[in-house]
Amino acid sequence: MSPHDTSLPPLEPQFGSHAQQDFARSFGMWVFLSSELLFFGPLLFGYLYLRMHHPAATGMASRHTDMLLGTVNTAVLLTSSFCMALAGHAAQENERRRAARLLALTALLGVAFLAIKGYEWHQEFGEHLFPGAGFRPDDATDPATVHGIELFFLLYFAATGLHALHLLIGVSACVWLMLVLRHAPPRGPGNEAVDVAGLYWHFVDVVWIVLYPLLYLTARSGG
Amino acid sequence: MTSAQNDASIVDDGTQPHERRDPSYLVGGYRLIDWLTTRDHKRIAVLYSISITFFFFLGGVAAALIRLELATPQGDLVSDDTYNKLFTAHGIIMVWLFLIPSIPAVLGNFLMPLMIGARDLAFPRLNLASWYLYMLGGAIVLWALLAGGVDTGWTFYTPFSTMFSNSHVVAALFGVLVLGFSSILTGLNFIVSVHTLRAPGLGWFRLPLFVWANYATSLILVLATPVLAMTLVLVAIERLFQVGIFDPALGGDPLLFQHLFWFYSHPAVYIMVLPAMGVASEIIPCFARRPVFGYRFMAYAILAIAVIGFLVWGHHMFVSGQSMYAGMVFSLLSFLVAIPSAIKVFNWTATLYKGSIRFSAPMLYALGFVGLFTIGGLTGLFLAALALDVHLSDTYFVVAHFHYIMVGGSVMAYLGGIHFWWPKVTGRMYSETWGKIAAIVIFAGFNLTFFPQYLLGYAGMPRRYHSYPPEFQLLHVLSSAGAVTLAVGYLLPLGYLAWSLRHGARAPANPWRATGLEWQTDSPPPEHNFATPPVVVREPYDYTPESP
Repeated sequence: MSPHDTSLPPLEPQFGSHAQQDFARSFGMWVFLSSELLFFGPLLFGYLYLRMHHPAATGMASRHTDMLLGTVNTAVLLTSSFCMALAGHAAQENERRRAARLLALTALLGVAFLAIKGYEWHQEFGEHLFPGAGFRPDDATDPATVHGIELFFLLYFAATGLHALHLLIGVSACVWLMLVLRHAPPRGPGNEAVDVAGLYWHFVDVVWIVLYPLLYLTARSGG
Repeated sequence: MTSAQNDASIVDDGTQPHERRDPSYLVGGYRLIDWLTTRDHKRIAVLYSISITFFFFLGGVAAALIRLELATPQGDLVSDDTYNKLFTAHGIIMVWLFLIPSIPAVLGNFLMPLMIGARDLAFPRLNLASWYLYMLGGAIVLWALLAGGVDTGWTFYTPFSTMFSNSHVVAALFGVLVLGFSSILTGLNFIVSVHTLRAPGLGWFRLPLFVWANYATSLILVLATPVLAMTLVLVAIERLFQVGIFDPALGGDPLLFQHLFWFYSHPAVYIMVLPAMGVASEIIPCFARRPVFGYRFMAYAILAIAVIGFLVWGHHMFVSGQSMYAGMVFSLLSFLVAIPSAIKVFNWTATLYKGSIRFSAPMLYALGFVGLFTIGGLTGLFLAALALDVHLSDTYFVVAHFHYIMVGGSVMAYLGGIHFWWPKVTGRMYSETWGKIAAIVIFAGFNLTFFPQYLLGYAGMPRRYHSYPPEFQLLHVLSSAGAVTLAVGYLLPLGYLAWSLRHGARAPANPWRATGLEWQTDSPPPEHNFATPPVVVREPYDYTPESP
């Protein structure tokens, strides 16, 4: 399709203009993300509690995580966000084909992240670090420390699991957009849809930026 | 009804809405499937009203059984275990399936787009999805209750809920989680709609206070509910995997649960009462024929309550091991909420001053709301005082306090709103006499039910017991008698409102000669709300007192 194609996605009757509709959608995503942020809140509050009550155990537990894989994954996710930003830019320029290609790359990097994360989880299962009846860290025996390490891993699995679930939703959104961007409006989505998906993707990225130091880096240095 | 047009003071677009009638939103698409797939905010509001009425009476049945058991000091009607399940069912149903969705999801859904002069909410499909999530959550909670019930109380306190309770806790948690997402989506929809869909000329300080109140409520829904959701997930994890987060025996901390739970559940009180304040702010100026006193202060007070409401959760934990200094800060912050609340009460009162007051049914409910909310709010100050709370915590005083806010306040206002906007929603007038009788019966029944509970609590009767020392019997019998009166009062509107649907007189567009955009369109409104998109040129509540 030509870049001069001005056909727009359907305007829903409650909106007066496309600008209003686009703003409402993007603003709606911002409001949704503010809710999402608070959704992760109790896990971070739980982490604060853990650090205050089990400082030593947090350090020991943190050393069980795989810092190399965690760091590689951070790079993978940041790169995916870069691709997503380029996709949004391409969509704004109405280069829908290029936007679709960049979305494919974004989704691919998301899947790579999930694969590496899955491998980490697999390792941790093998080391009996999944909380519950089978929890047996190899470097602690006294109950208080074991409790602390177990609580760390509970928060670790809950937070990274929830993050992975969000990423999976993001990957699905990318794949869906990639497939439908080939159709011009009104059958396909408007270009602003890429930006809205991008907001979500960057949010998931930012959550990881917070989780990565909390889970992999903090309390790891020193004794 | 010529005065409807004379008083049509906000819209000034030159059209006369009555002359070109479009078919109302109730006409066309009569089949069930048309209703279940509708995206019209007005129809979704009707769907909500039917579902929450069902749950209201279900929760009422649980309350009736509780009051019946408490008529005698011995536990003779139900076992202690059944009693626990009854008050849990009552709490869960009334909080999450009735009070939280009541005014926002029914009246808010119907009125928010009309009041801002829009065709619909910003996301109509999402609005329908909210209702389906509500029904799904309701079905799950209902299953948990029918499969054997839950005995933790609506607060799910740990470690009892995670380690000791043998009831269907996880199912109930999941149901509440789903209900939470339903209210988050409703809140999101309201926020975006108010920001983007206001009619030309309708600046923020021309919005009806009902819109302000639902906007502030939506902020709380969006920002507090997710915290509850994750907290409930953690409770379920502790229960399923037996890992210590909240259980001290496993190295967890029950206070951590209480912090997280009340971070949602205290703002949730404002989710229940802010929309009620919005309803009162619409009714009182209309039936006093006076502009609301101190409009801007009213709007700011709504926002202040919503914001300060986020900072007071610790007053639920004065006696559960929270540090004394935290207790002092939370006590001070709790007192601060009284300031914007008092501003609202004083301004409603000042609105009445020198007004031409008409005691119609909606006005009786609204005045009842103001009085009962004031008593509930003032007794809240008793509980916010650290030393007094040691004596009153977990007694019937607390039960009476929050029922004055939630039942005396929110349910009264909800019913007032239902009466006020009934002609708009259904196009029919109800019987004014019956409306007044019901309002008075409810007001009397409510006070008879709950005022004795203040005295019981002050005398030391703890909550959540199914048997009690004989010296408390007189007050308990009074309270149970009040509950019977209250039940009659709640059944009355069900009867005469249903009757009016078929036999009531046709309602004009603006039977109360009210300002506000929703009265400028037909009763019931056409599917697209306004024949001509409205333009607002007047200030809100542009009422003038009538000469005597």
